[in-house]
Amino acid sequence: MKIAVIQFPGSNCDQDCLRALTDGLHVPAEYLWHKETSVFGFDAVVLPGGFSYGDYLRCGAIARFSPIVKAIVRAANDGMPVIGICNGFQILCEAGLLPGALIRNQSLHFVCQPVWLRVETDETPFTAKLDKERLLRMPVAHGEGSYFAEPATLAKLQSKRQVVFRYVDESGKSTRESNPNGSMLNIAGICNEARNVVGMMPHPDRAWDRRLGSEDGKLLFESLVGSLESVVTL
Amino acid sequence: MVTQITPEVVRDHGLSEMEYERIRAILGRDPNFTELGVFSVMWSEHCSYKNTRLELRKFPTTGPKILVQAGEENAGVVDIGGGWAVAFKMESHNHPSAVEPFQGAATGVGGIIRDIFTMGARPVLLLDSLRFGPIQGNTAAVKKNRRLFAGVVAGISHYGNCVGIPTIGGEVYFDESYEGNPLVNVFCLGILRHEQIARGAAKGVGNPVFYVGSETGRDGLAGAAFASRDLTEESKEDRPAVQVGDPFKGKLLLEACLELLASGCVAGIQDMGAAGLTCSTCETASRGGTGVQIDLALVPQREPGMTAYEILLSESQERMLIIVQRGQEAKVKEVFEKWDLPYALVGEVTDDGMMRVLNHRRMEVEIPAAKLADDAPVYEREAIGCQAAPELRIEDVPMVDLQTSLVQLLAHPTIASKNWVFRQYDHTVRAGTVVPPGSDAAVFYVREADKYLAATTDCNSLYCKLDPREGARIAVAEAARNLVCSGATPLAVTDNLNFGNPYRPENFWQLRESVEGLAEACRRFGTPVTGGNVSLYNQNPTGAIDPTPTVGMVGIIDEERWITRQHFRDEADVIYLIGPVGREMGASQYLAIVHGRKECLPPRLSYDLELGVQAVVLDLIQRGLVKSAHDCSEGGLGVALAECCISGERRIGALARFGHWPYRLDQILFNESQSRVIISVRPEDAGATEAVCAAAEIPFGRLGEVGGSDLVVCTEQQTLRWDVAQLHQAWYFSIERAMESGFEF
Repeated sequence: MKIAVIQFPGSNCDQDCLRALTDGLHVPAEYLWHKETSVFGFDAVVLPGGFSYGDYLRCGAIARFSPIVKAIVRAANDGMPVIGICNGFQILCEAGLLPGALIRNQSLHFVCQPVWLRVETDETPFTAKLDKERLLRMPVAHGEGSYFAEPATLAKLQSKRQVVFRYVDESGKSTRESNPNGSMLNIAGICNEARNVVGMMPHPDRAWDRRLGSEDGKLLFESLVGSLESVVTL
Repeated sequence: MVTQITPEVVRDHGLSEMEYERIRAILGRDPNFTELGVFSVMWSEHCSYKNTRLELRKFPTTGPKILVQAGEENAGVVDIGGGWAVAFKMESHNHPSAVEPFQGAATGVGGIIRDIFTMGARPVLLLDSLRFGPIQGNTAAVKKNRRLFAGVVAGISHYGNCVGIPTIGGEVYFDESYEGNPLVNVFCLGILRHEQIARGAAKGVGNPVFYVGSETGRDGLAGAAFASRDLTEESKEDRPAVQVGDPFKGKLLLEACLELLASGCVAGIQDMGAAGLTCSTCETASRGGTGVQIDLALVPQREPGMTAYEILLSESQERMLIIVQRGQEAKVKEVFEKWDLPYALVGEVTDDGMMRVLNHRRMEVEIPAAKLADDAPVYEREAIGCQAAPELRIEDVPMVDLQTSLVQLLAHPTIASKNWVFRQYDHTVRAGTVVPPGSDAAVFYVREADKYLAATTDCNSLYCKLDPREGARIAVAEAARNLVCSGATPLAVTDNLNFGNPYRPENFWQLRESVEGLAEACRRFGTPVTGGNVSLYNQNPTGAIDPTPTVGMVGIIDEERWITRQHFRDEADVIYLIGPVGREMGASQYLAIVHGRKECLPPRLSYDLELGVQAVVLDLIQRGLVKSAHDCSEGGLGVALAECCISGERRIGALARFGHWPYRLDQILFNESQSRVIISVRPEDAGATEAVCAAAEIPFGRLGEVGGSDLVVCTEQQTLRWDVAQLHQAWYFSIERAMESGFEF
């Protein structure tokens, strides 16, 4: 098993994602440069946070044209598990692998703070080991993380159980106060219809070590490893 | 076109007649216009420290852990054990931020980051010490202050967040003296192996000199000279002297340089900060004891038609000069093409000590490099002391409703929670932030080195205004105390000296007093100065800023279990005050905020007491007795106790009894006597705690217990009670409320 952590120029959570996998879980993971044209030899892909290509235009708008993203789109359509975190989520939306868009935070400010998430579905490779309704603690850090979609898309996301995480308060209620960026329906993460592609704004890569105040992020990566192992044994 | 050198031209370059004569003596001829420009930036205060060099020599700069001393390189390097070291430094971007807050602050961050990776270190954390005029109210001046504040915070956030270095702490002050002249002091720390220390020296005659990074444009022309003048109403005209930052390029440059350094082919490296290409060429040559020759025609340029003068003096951002071992040129090409960054071979190292700059093979500049870099005139400016501030007579302070006073203090933006600020900074990237902003010192886990570092910046400029020497001593003491409260042992210091125009004797006196105070305190605390920055000419139309010698201090925590936070944790924990109750109210925030008096003698620092208190607090922490520790600073015991109750994720009340105490209650609550720390311990550890304190012969007292939902303070005569939820409201949302009231341009 080997997991790819994509490196765009301007990625800045690439090292954190790699360490979460190699130091936190002791699973093999390697960087994959944006100029590469294939994800051959890898079993899953992590698109890390950061400011790919500077993100001066619109977050993720340039990254979607990179050679590696084209390869990821092909692999994802073939069922490879892909997770986009923060900027990675923005890229997945821009690349059309996930519906909707991430727009400027309602406050118009960058927001960095810990949040509570509620797991809305265990039917993705990244949440398979988690109980539905389980609460997770991890930080957000973004300027453009407000999830937006057309009413029809939102309805479809709900009916097909594609909402993966919601921002909630400590008691698990999704409230206005617990929503750090004005996301519609308090959406913090979603998956595609085939359920193998997940995008989320919060950072599991910053919550995998007791010292960081939470190890909840590790659970997502453990789920992924579990899913990959079960595929291998099949 | 050749510009004639007239006395006016010389004056416009900020050079005195005497300095011009010195230039002629060095060259043995008249300089041409480009050379004059080169001398003017290199001999500006910003680059040459001509007015402060004699003072800066007073700092202790050596110690068993110092690997690279202050002044030797771009930043000092300190050993942290296990073959690892830290490089850190603080630098100001005050003048640019005053005229263009967003870019001014952003490029300040970019500049200090380059200073750190130039040393071969990977930058891992940032702190900011910021000072602005008042932000509460609706006058035009206040609205302007809010605009500057918002702009600076957004600029820092823009650059630091994109580059992916967490901004994990610092401080923000608000005071009239900074109106129109905000202070933006940025601190960066990087980590490296001992053998990775890179040098800014042009070594090896014949080695190729590379220019890497962004193209040179006309932005930031002569910014160093701009920063060496008073800020005036006309300073807005100097906006072209402010550079424009590109954090994306900064990030690429950082990664590319670290990758190239790791390959072992680099002989010398220097960032192009103040005075750009000029400074990097002559400094590398001077340090290497060599010469450098470059041709400007080879320098990547953003626009056509730039003159030699413009290319040399441009302060375009995200550029470096790299000297590579001969024969390794292909490595530079490989790395910089990978990162899609411009690079160019622009010259070579020579053996005759000259800085030679050609443009299309025509000689433009020919100056002895060492004389240009190191032989700037050194001045001893006149210093005239001010009359010492009088002691406060407590009878002159009318009694007020203390119930309100505490709320008023907590809601003052200087004391209030800075969450509006640090929520805009990415403070969790790099997955190492153990104690986030908002405690006494931020604590960061450096995963590659398996070390816990604590860092803080401190300076109470009101103390410095009223007694610069004592204020500076206290800045060092408070920084050390903050580190100790987080469980760290202080290691070393970087300082940022922010003062007014040095040609005014009262300003220069403040500077000298502060430097001597800092130097003495750094010796006593065993924390050498590893470098820093001087920012003079911090004036606005109404006068100089309050003297602000900001101290950045770094400490190390050997064991994870020693990491300590400031907030109370659990019901029934016992609260102790380590240090005296104190009674000094001069220069206190209570006097300033509640009574509108920024005056009288600041508290006195006793080194013996301070060192004793810090030693005992650290001892208690290392024995595993301490559940929380918080130092008493602005707002005294009252504010410190309240912060212990409201700064944690879970708010909790506390009871503090002062029994029979012979002072007024406002004195007990709000005096700012030094050397005081509030700790809380498990009830079963009370005996052990008292035994350690008693054995150390340090004044201490049991104040009370943690618990409930109120903060209660009582003496024999009086009981005061605050709902901690209300205190939290006043403290947490104060800055946000002020900022919602709008800006003015």
